[in-house]
Amino acid sequence: MAYADQDTGHHEGSNKFIWKYVFSQDHKVIAVQYGCTAIAVGLLALVLSWLMRMQIGFPGSLEFIDPTAYYQYVTMHGMIMVIYLLTAFFLGGFGNYLIPLMCGARDMVFPFLNMLSYWFYLVSVIILMSSYFVPGGPTGAGWTLYPPQAILQGTPGADWGIIMMLASLAVFIIAFTMGGLNYITTILQARCKGMTLMRMPLTIWSIFTATVLGLLAFPALFVSAVMLLFDRLLGTSFFMPYIVHMGQAMETSGGSPVLFQHLFWFFGHPEVYIVALPAFGLVSDILSTHARKNVFGYRMMVWAILAIGGISFIVWAHHMYVSGMNLYLGFFFATTTLIIAIPTAVKVYNWTLTLWHGNIHLNTPMLFAIGFISTFLIGGLTGLFLGNVAVDIPLSDTYFVVAHFHMVMAIAPVMVVFAAIYHWYPKMSGRMYNETMGKIHFWVTFIGTYLIYFPMHYLGFEGMPRRYYAYEGYEFISESAQGLNEYITVVAIFVGVLQFLFIYNMAVSLKYGKKAPANPWHATTLEWQTPDTPPCHGNWRDNLPVVYRWAYDYSVPGAEKDYIPQNVPGGHTEEDIEHGGDPQGAPA
Amino acid sequence: MALAIVLIAMVVGSVIFHFWSPWWFTPLASNWGAMDATIMFTFWVTGAVFVAVNLFLAYCVIKFKHSPDRRSAYEPENSKLETWLTAITTVGVFAMLAPGLIVYKQFVQVPDDAVIFEAVGHQWQWSYRLPGKDGALGKADNRNVTFDNPLGVDPDDPWGQDDLIVVGAPAHILVDQPIRFNLRSKDVLHDFYVPQFRAKMDVVPGLVSYFWMTPTVTGTYEVLCAELCGVGHYNMRSKVVVDTAEDYALWLRSQRTFAETQGGQAPGGDPVERGEQLAQQQGCMACHSLDGSRGVGPTWQGMYGRTEVLADGSSVTADDAYLRESITNPNAKIVQGYPPVMAAYPFSDDDLDAIIAYFMSLSE
Amino acid sequence: MSGVIKTLASKPWLSGQDTVGAPADVEMFALPEQKVGLRVFFGVATSLFLLFIVSYRMRMYYEDWVPLQEPLLMWFNTGVLLFASVFMQLAKGRAAAASWQVAQRWLILGGAGAMAFVALQLLVWQQLAASGHFVSSNPSSSFFYLITAVHGVHIVGGILALAYIMLLSGGAEDRERYRMGIDLCTVYWHYLLIVWLVLFYMLLTT
Repeated sequence: MAYADQDTGHHEGSNKFIWKYVFSQDHKVIAVQYGCTAIAVGLLALVLSWLMRMQIGFPGSLEFIDPTAYYQYVTMHGMIMVIYLLTAFFLGGFGNYLIPLMCGARDMVFPFLNMLSYWFYLVSVIILMSSYFVPGGPTGAGWTLYPPQAILQGTPGADWGIIMMLASLAVFIIAFTMGGLNYITTILQARCKGMTLMRMPLTIWSIFTATVLGLLAFPALFVSAVMLLFDRLLGTSFFMPYIVHMGQAMETSGGSPVLFQHLFWFFGHPEVYIVALPAFGLVSDILSTHARKNVFGYRMMVWAILAIGGISFIVWAHHMYVSGMNLYLGFFFATTTLIIAIPTAVKVYNWTLTLWHGNIHLNTPMLFAIGFISTFLIGGLTGLFLGNVAVDIPLSDTYFVVAHFHMVMAIAPVMVVFAAIYHWYPKMSGRMYNETMGKIHFWVTFIGTYLIYFPMHYLGFEGMPRRYYAYEGYEFISESAQGLNEYITVVAIFVGVLQFLFIYNMAVSLKYGKKAPANPWHATTLEWQTPDTPPCHGNWRDNLPVVYRWAYDYSVPGAEKDYIPQNVPGGHTEEDIEHGGDPQGAPA
Repeated sequence: MALAIVLIAMVVGSVIFHFWSPWWFTPLASNWGAMDATIMFTFWVTGAVFVAVNLFLAYCVIKFKHSPDRRSAYEPENSKLETWLTAITTVGVFAMLAPGLIVYKQFVQVPDDAVIFEAVGHQWQWSYRLPGKDGALGKADNRNVTFDNPLGVDPDDPWGQDDLIVVGAPAHILVDQPIRFNLRSKDVLHDFYVPQFRAKMDVVPGLVSYFWMTPTVTGTYEVLCAELCGVGHYNMRSKVVVDTAEDYALWLRSQRTFAETQGGQAPGGDPVERGEQLAQQQGCMACHSLDGSRGVGPTWQGMYGRTEVLADGSSVTADDAYLRESITNPNAKIVQGYPPVMAAYPFSDDDLDAIIAYFMSLSE
Repeated sequence: MSGVIKTLASKPWLSGQDTVGAPADVEMFALPEQKVGLRVFFGVATSLFLLFIVSYRMRMYYEDWVPLQEPLLMWFNTGVLLFASVFMQLAKGRAAAASWQVAQRWLILGGAGAMAFVALQLLVWQQLAASGHFVSSNPSSSFFYLITAVHGVHIVGGILALAYIMLLSGGAEDRERYRMGIDLCTVYWHYLLIVWLVLFYMLLTT
């Protein structure tokens, strides 16, 4: 019996506060819990980045930042941003909120497990934060946690911090798995009648693919984390060769640090697509809605998502070109890495072509969405430099790499985070946010981040190495580079502080924002067709929706309105489109 | 409209910045100009795409801005256009990949006439070893490392006896001579990086990694570590001097062979000078400055006789006894604010006398 | 598979047969969602075990690897796990025929078998330690402890799930849920048995 047929039509939730808002099994509440936790811990990582920039731009200005503290900031900033903010936010936040709604389901298929997944995530964050309270403080091994250094004295947190980090990651992976089971099973099995795979919005395709990637790739991180924990706690030699450390011979021998890197990056590369793919899907839907035009090349977009997902598993060693691995591997990985650029480029073209011949409303979500295209373009293009092995050799471990991954992983996806929050805010909260504040937020963030990261690439060309506490007395670094660093620090702090305007807008609009209509953007996808705004528990009241058309019937020739929601009966053939007419398209 | 202007300004500004930027490659000092050339070619291709797509974006934003009587087109796909775009992209991608792989092939294949040069990294300094007159490097392994044999050269291997050992001093290499850098680590991951040489490679304990290059311009170049290796990573510096044949021969003659380093230090001579020499050989300056600046460890300027506050809050005077202990058993007392990461250095009493004498000279 | 390709190549903006009459059911698999979820979980666990296997096979070629002699007891343990799966399968059959009492007895045996397996594995650990093979003695022993531990943790998870199913839904109220629980546990037992056979073979032969 189809999952949709099991629906009895009414969905009682408990009315007690603790079951409704704390230990809730409602995917919408869980999504908000994920989102708020992720943003909170992300703000901490943002502050850490200010401290790092203060040290680089104005060395010695903050006396408490010594090399130990600096490397702890570097590590915690990176790990929090990649895993605890971006991954949790896109999948735990938007995945949870949108999957049941866009698929026409009442909730995820395993609501109890879904609730557990959030609490495990919160526990993982708490374990990570506790590294600030253990002797020696958090680990300072870099977010990549390479052995042997990560577990040896000489690197901060080698006693306790690294243990807390690895334990936190293990718990996060369990949380992710619980959530991931929900997302996959719900998308495969719980779509409402008529919602075939190709009628799903690209948001769902991309989150689905990202979840598959996560379920298959996070085990690699788990394996490497467990083995590193064993090396640290039990004296094993998975990754530890024979070394003489600080004058003392160690008892380990025979292990391979490069093995850790293979395992880590076998996870690490799909991880960046776990972050990027949901951004791709969300932005496609946002662009389409606000340009009143279907996503250009929907089929290619789906194939590109799947291709990117698949190829992402065979490119990992482009992070290891200079790792000391067998050099002949470089030929293979450079080739696969540049090949993955092709479906990615196709997506960029299609986003742009979605705007072409459109009817573009430049409101805040759209501004951020277009900002994404521009920033992702340059972030992706610089990846072509680094993927090409011969070019990576001089540029690896320089600021070129830092600029590249911030542009492509931080700025571009964060543009989509903002676009998506602004876009779905009316549905989630029932209120409209302040548009003026939103626009200010956009302009400062878009222009500001570009001003920060574009010049940074050139510091990399100059050879300036990354993960350096100080650059005093290096002759090959030009004097003016220090000036550039000062400028970057100032802009970064300014842009960072302005993000609080966004937080303020979101918080205040909850109470004082204008009441939002059910479908303020006149969008076609199912989440906008709920009878209540915000959607009630169970989403659809008595009857699940039935879907008759794909997700992008905007500006259908011959239709009266410039959008037809997915659950409106009717449809059109090739001829209808050519001659202009939707025979059964319901009016008004 | 504002958005279009900003997008166009970004494009124009980026292009201008690129041509104006004072931050550019360091002057090339090796044969790897091909890497620079590949970067330039990549710039042209990606730059063209960057400009084209951004300008098209700006165009769309202007031309298709919302107006009440506008209606979007209904265009689910355009197979022809998409196929063309995919094909052009594929061509562009392979156009960049091909030269890159050709250059990489050169990188992977070490020339037959390359001489070997070994760099050994450990927290946080670089040491070097050259094959001696027999032209071959002796075997080496971390298991052979002792205080007197810091590079772990196998004492039983006859090929290693004449290897030249360079600790705590710049490396010298001969101009226009291909070199294969063999890289070893005594402890953690490092990376031997000289920006002007372009080539670099991680230094991995448990294996010998390598890269090759031919220096083409004489001069002195800075060596950096390019793989995070702990709190001293940013200060793991050294120098490489590219010599003409004459200067190189001169330098070679003044280096000590492995056999000589095993002979032990002859006592006598000016203690302050000997102390300075010992400190340099053990690489102390990687963490301790002489000019008062703060490093991984406390500065030596004015250290002798100074009152130090320890990690537990107590105070101590940096006298003979304290300084000897700090060298031979550093973790016994840690100065407040510094990490407990110094290795023990079991110098002989004579050596310690010399080093203390050197310290005293720094406080005058 | 060809159905999936056909789907991906279809043009969803054109109306299909779905506008006439009720749109078709669309779920991917003709299985209840719990069974789909379990199979997705198997994908994750398989990825995990495969990665351990790959790491093992990379590490074993290094010079310092000394193959470990596994205690003969492990053969017995494998037999115990095999029987546990058989018992679970019998329970599944009896539950399908609604013989709840009999099913419960087989379930208890299946659970006991799994618990015995875990206990016996710990005994194997003890035997190894007694003969001087500790977790840090040699990479082969490190991997042995690690891999058996990971597999054992998954078995323990299954035991806990079985206990939950037996204690909380063993009653007459929700037979459907009870049967589903038994089905899921049985498949899980079989999965871990197959995983164990692969791991055991690898540990024995290297």
